[in-house]
Amino acid sequence: MKIIACIKQVPDSEAKVKAEGGKISWGDSPLVINPFDEYAVEGALQQKEATGGTVTALCVGPESARDALKHALAMGADDAVLVSDAALAELDTLGAARVLAAAINKIGGADMVVFGRQTLDNGAGLTPAQTARVLGWPMLGLAGSIKVDSGSVTVERVIEEGRQTVNAKLPAVISVVQSIGEPRYPSFMGIRKASKAEIPVWSLSDINATAPAPIVTRTELMNPPTRDTTVEIITGESPAEIAEKLADKILAEKVL
Amino acid sequence: MKTLVYVDHFKGEVQPASWEALGLAKSFGTAVALVFGTGVDAIAKAAFEFGADEVIVVDDSALTDYRAEPYASTLSALASSSSPDLILFPATTRTRELAAMSAVDLSTGVITDVTSLEVNGDQLIATRPIYEGKLFEKTVCSSKPVMATIRGRAFPKPAQTADKTGTLTKGDAKTDAITTVQGYAASESKVSLGDAGIIVSGGRGVSNNPSLGMDEKSTAQVGFELVRQLASVLGGAVGASRAAVDAGYIPYANQVGQTGKVVAPDLYIACGISGAIQHIAGIRSAKTVIAINKDADAPIFKVARYGVVGDLFQIVPALTEALKKKLGK
Ligand SMILES: Cc1cc2nc3c(=O)[nH]c(=O)nc-3n(C[C@H](O)[C@H](O)[C@H](O)COP(=O)(O)OP(=O)(O)OC[C@H]3O[C@@H](n4cnc5c(N)ncnc54)[C@H](O)[C@@H]3O)c2cc1C
Ligand SMILES: Nc1ncnc2c1ncn2[C@@H]1O[C@H](COP(=O)(O)O)[C@@H](O)[C@H]1O
Repeated sequence: MKIIACIKQVPDSEAKVKAEGGKISWGDSPLVINPFDEYAVEGALQQKEATGGTVTALCVGPESARDALKHALAMGADDAVLVSDAALAELDTLGAARVLAAAINKIGGADMVVFGRQTLDNGAGLTPAQTARVLGWPMLGLAGSIKVDSGSVTVERVIEEGRQTVNAKLPAVISVVQSIGEPRYPSFMGIRKASKAEIPVWSLSDINATAPAPIVTRTELMNPPTRDTTVEIITGESPAEIAEKLADKILAEKVL
Repeated sequence: MKTLVYVDHFKGEVQPASWEALGLAKSFGTAVALVFGTGVDAIAKAAFEFGADEVIVVDDSALTDYRAEPYASTLSALASSSSPDLILFPATTRTRELAAMSAVDLSTGVITDVTSLEVNGDQLIATRPIYEGKLFEKTVCSSKPVMATIRGRAFPKPAQTADKTGTLTKGDAKTDAITTVQGYAASESKVSLGDAGIIVSGGRGVSNNPSLGMDEKSTAQVGFELVRQLASVLGGAVGASRAAVDAGYIPYANQVGQTGKVVAPDLYIACGISGAIQHIAGIRSAKTVIAINKDADAPIFKVARYGVVGDLFQIVPALTEALKKKLGK
């Protein structure tokens, strides 16, 4: 089976992200593979192990995103492709989906494309379904488990109301959630292989695509309203006394 | 302005933020509710009662189970024929896909998790959190219709007027299904964290009570029972940290945080939760946070309004008792 895992690079979750002069700053925090996309790589590798085949990590992003792809290689992906082009500085999710679909077609022959649930930075969670729609492939979203059986795939979708089992013919687009299993750590051998790997960089013309004009654009960036976070520690002689005082505070909030 | 409002439901159970979306649509002008599925008359009736001017029902066996493709195609066709300015959705797992796909069909954009939507001339400006709520952005969509999914509890729920009616129209279904639903297992506990006004959450701390002399998992069951009793006296929902979910104390459906549910309750009580940044990411919109933790240096106290430095196995049941008395329960 030929599997593609789509990954993005984002500032680390621990980073102190701020708006400074209309721009986003994350200080000297590192850029990392989008944590949700580590699950995508994990899901893809599990399928490779179950059915044989290859995993290709695919990213649309700047040159620096090589490091995120190297993380996927170190985890066990067989190869990686970076789509990078100066014309792609402003991408909304639909634009990203069109470029990803063009790259997926260029790679060719994929049976399954695995996505993360959402990005940490934009957090839209739209790209997987939009890519599926552009490709005309079935969308199996929020999979907590994946099972492939002779040309078809069954996933267990983790939704608000429980778990739904859905089946489709391959090729299909799948997005995964954390129930897929903890992402494996890169092995020593994997890290060595990744550090030596040559990652091809494709421009838009390499994938026969033109720069999609963004439809959704940012007009303003804001820091969240500062909230009154001075904590009042409730103390007392006994748990009962503390509870008594805390209960009064709760009732004073008038939320019951 | 004309707005289509997609009423999201699962087997007839409506996601409450659908009505919040309907209220928002009404504040802009004409609101047309879309109800897809089979046997959905009761939902159509409720849509009128919550303020819809018109309800378009697409009742077709192809739409019995939610499936992304036929739902999206049906929506796209209705949007093409009725040319709305705006399509609103409650932000749920289904609408993310549905809006995403229809936007491809309609060559327009989707703005997700909107917390505020203003009209400025003929432009709609949406505010939404990015970077796990560490920042907010205002965005605009240059194509029509604008599509937006709204966060639960970000907009007021409109009042329900019994037996109010309006124009009921039948719509046609597109039946281009390419997936099959083979089964469904309801979550063990019915959790509705997204629209809960009060949430009491437990973390790894619920498994820490050596005096019980039990193993970790059994201790955690006792701990979560205390959390559940507090939630119950407050009429709230039960949440959890990822550490508690990963350890198997409670299902994933209860997880609050970056990889779980982002919540916006009036009151959030964290019991035995350290307050890792990924947990905080899920509770930034909570109005009042109360932390109960043994460790005075736990980061959760940095976002809390009230805190108790103590053992949850003592404080939580005492609090439940105190509230029971004060509330006359
Ligand atoms: C990519 C990524 C995504 C993540 N997503 C999420 C997410 O969505 N949600 C989430 O919650 N986490 C998430 N995490 C995990 C997060 O980093 C923390 O590991 C997790 O939140 C810790 O859970 P905890 O606070 O229950 O456990 P701990 O950090 O172990 O804290 C337990 C706390 O309980 C206190 N305690 C112990 N015993 C008692 C007692 N008897 N009484 C009172 N207090 C007691 C301790 O002092 C401690 O503060 C994510 C991590 C990553 C890397
Ligand atoms: N630039 C990109 N390159 C590769 N994959 C991407 C890119 N942007 C988004 N994705 C994938 O789409 C998912 C959802 O992204 P988003 O819609 O931005 O929240 C991510 O988890 C990735 O798997």
